[in-house]
Amino acid sequence: MRETTVNKVLGHPLNAWYVAAWDHEVNRKPLARTVANRPLAMYRTEDGRAVALADACWHRLAPLSMGTPEGRDGIRCPYHGIVYNSAGRCISMPAQETINPSATVASFPVVELHRFVWVWLGDPTKADPSLVPDMHQMDDPAWAGDGLTIPVACNYQLVLDNLMDLTHEEFVHSSTIGQEELSESEFVVTHDGDTVTVERWMLGIDAPPFWLANMRDRFPGFEGKVDRWQIIHFESPSTINIDVGVAKAGTGAPAGDRSQGVNGYVMNTITPETDKSCNYFWAFMRNYRLESQVITTKLRDGVSRVFKEDEDMLVAQQAAIEANPDYEFYSLNIDAGGMWVRRILEGKLAAEGRLPVPAVSVA
Amino acid sequence: MATSHSRVWQRATVTESDALTPGIRRIVFEPQRPVKVEAGAHIDVKVTIGGATDSRSYSVVTPSDEGRTITISVLDSPQSRGGAAVMHALRVGDTIEITQPVLDFPLRIGAARYLLLAGGIGITAIAGMASVLRSIGADYTLVYVGRGLGEMAFVEELRREHGQRLVLHVRDDGTPLDVATLVGSVDAGTELYTCGPIRLMDAVRRAWIERELSPANLRFETFGNSGWFDPQRFVVRIPRLGFETMVGTSETMLEALESAGLEVMSDCRKGECGLCEVRVLHLDGDLDHRDVFYSERQKDARGKICCCVSRAVSTDLGRPGPAVVTIDIS
Ligand code: FES
Ligand SMILES: [Fe+2]
Repeated sequence: MRETTVNKVLGHPLNAWYVAAWDHEVNRKPLARTVANRPLAMYRTEDGRAVALADACWHRLAPLSMGTPEGRDGIRCPYHGIVYNSAGRCISMPAQETINPSATVASFPVVELHRFVWVWLGDPTKADPSLVPDMHQMDDPAWAGDGLTIPVACNYQLVLDNLMDLTHEEFVHSSTIGQEELSESEFVVTHDGDTVTVERWMLGIDAPPFWLANMRDRFPGFEGKVDRWQIIHFESPSTINIDVGVAKAGTGAPAGDRSQGVNGYVMNTITPETDKSCNYFWAFMRNYRLESQVITTKLRDGVSRVFKEDEDMLVAQQAAIEANPDYEFYSLNIDAGGMWVRRILEGKLAAEGRLPVPAVSVA
Repeated sequence: MATSHSRVWQRATVTESDALTPGIRRIVFEPQRPVKVEAGAHIDVKVTIGGATDSRSYSVVTPSDEGRTITISVLDSPQSRGGAAVMHALRVGDTIEITQPVLDFPLRIGAARYLLLAGGIGITAIAGMASVLRSIGADYTLVYVGRGLGEMAFVEELRREHGQRLVLHVRDDGTPLDVATLVGSVDAGTELYTCGPIRLMDAVRRAWIERELSPANLRFETFGNSGWFDPQRFVVRIPRLGFETMVGTSETMLEALESAGLEVMSDCRKGECGLCEVRVLHLDGDLDHRDVFYSERQKDARGKICCCVSRAVSTDLGRPGPAVVTIDIS
């Protein structure tokens, strides 16, 4: 059905865990963050628990994120001093002897996992912590690495499209990871429930500059052909972990022996901020030379430069979508992975009674 | 979160109306613009009483079918100010103005234990919470208090749904509730949600404060429509303005002042915000404080009153005739 599957940008399911922040960003001092159009005031209680409250005081909607921590688990509104606990209940109304029983702000379910603070904005009775997407490489001792957040002025769906089809690397990232074999090689798309996988192998090729440098970190002075892989794992609603790497050509990597190569995981989870912006949380994790902070920093900075190229493209694409409201999206076969993602998200939105999505507004 | 704090008015059609007990009717509406109803939500309903339009709040019974129907249950009693009679007179096919569900009494998911306490018709708000807690496997007890089984709605359904978790206290059967014992059983991890007559809620609040439990864990909702006394007529005087009027049993003091053309500030109109405060200069009779704004100390001082809900009563006057309260307004 064309009307749905190629909706240029999609709404976001609410019954889902989204990353609101890195664990180190949430501290006693409140932080303002918008997730799925809901402004949040995030802070930590005295015993270290992360809290996400609606960022608008019950009284006059002053932002609680401008407030101060109060007592064991509370936050004080910066305007007239009302204090809420971590459940969002008012525990002090300075100007009166009682507390108005209606005085509450929403407190959203929070889970801290894989170095991220995840928040659930939908039906709280469905907020099952076991539904947090698998990003275990983030804090698994077998992996090392780091990442950053990119605030992108585009709908989150465009980032998902970007990551589900890596043939764009040839054109967007020509100086680092791009090569023409990307577009030339076959790929296999599979999907199952809430997941989609796109697998692509390029055998006996020259390593592009980024991968040659990584090979030499593990195999000093390496020269020669490599087998390169990209296995893209999507998990609803917006997490994409990409198993990437190269190994010395013909040493058995496609059959599972990666011992003669270097393997990384590009961890990506994209949190809708508004309908036209998102926070793109990513990290590059590797399973070799775990001891080297130099490599961690070099990879983080290198990938960061690559992703800046994506950001520029995505922002320009969002602007073009808004400037051409009467134009449609058309698809190529390379969009298969991204189209399955869209179909899964449409299913989620329909289950929440939130399809059809509104057309892109040009406001 | 479909239910919001905003009042969005819409038309609704009555699709069912039947008697649950001699005093309580269950009324089902089909709203024009359905939104999902969350436990603890209420709707406001426009009613015309004696030619004047007014609104009344009713809790929504256990949410169902994504809000395509909204069920309320309405008790008509001597305490009622006329709204209940209007609601009871509704027949299938009638249309009426209602708001989309408003959520001022949200159930928080994630407490270690829950104690739900419903008094009489207060079961309407509490029953939906019990269903949610049951569905997520929470640790909860549902305590339902009433005068007589015959006047208590939903008892059989609740027994079926909640089994051992339902505890009934029926005064006429000799099993009245002892509030001190109940609140005494509460620990620091328990949240208590209660809805019922103000006597019950005041007793719970007092016991709660005595036990120094966190006020944040005592959740209640009142629409300011129950008092320690049945409503009586009473006289209000404002000497500074040379003003005097009689407040009838089916209107509030605020409404009486407003319909006499006086400007009185108000907002919540259910005894919570304190904006409608008037100063009591002299009192011939006593006050029936129905608000939750003043502390016990302030109520006992009888110096101020929330005129949106609270009333004067003629107990122990030693003379015939209504109570007289002399006030000043700002
Ligand atoms: S706006 Fe927060 S206390 Fe007034
Ligand atoms: Fe890219």
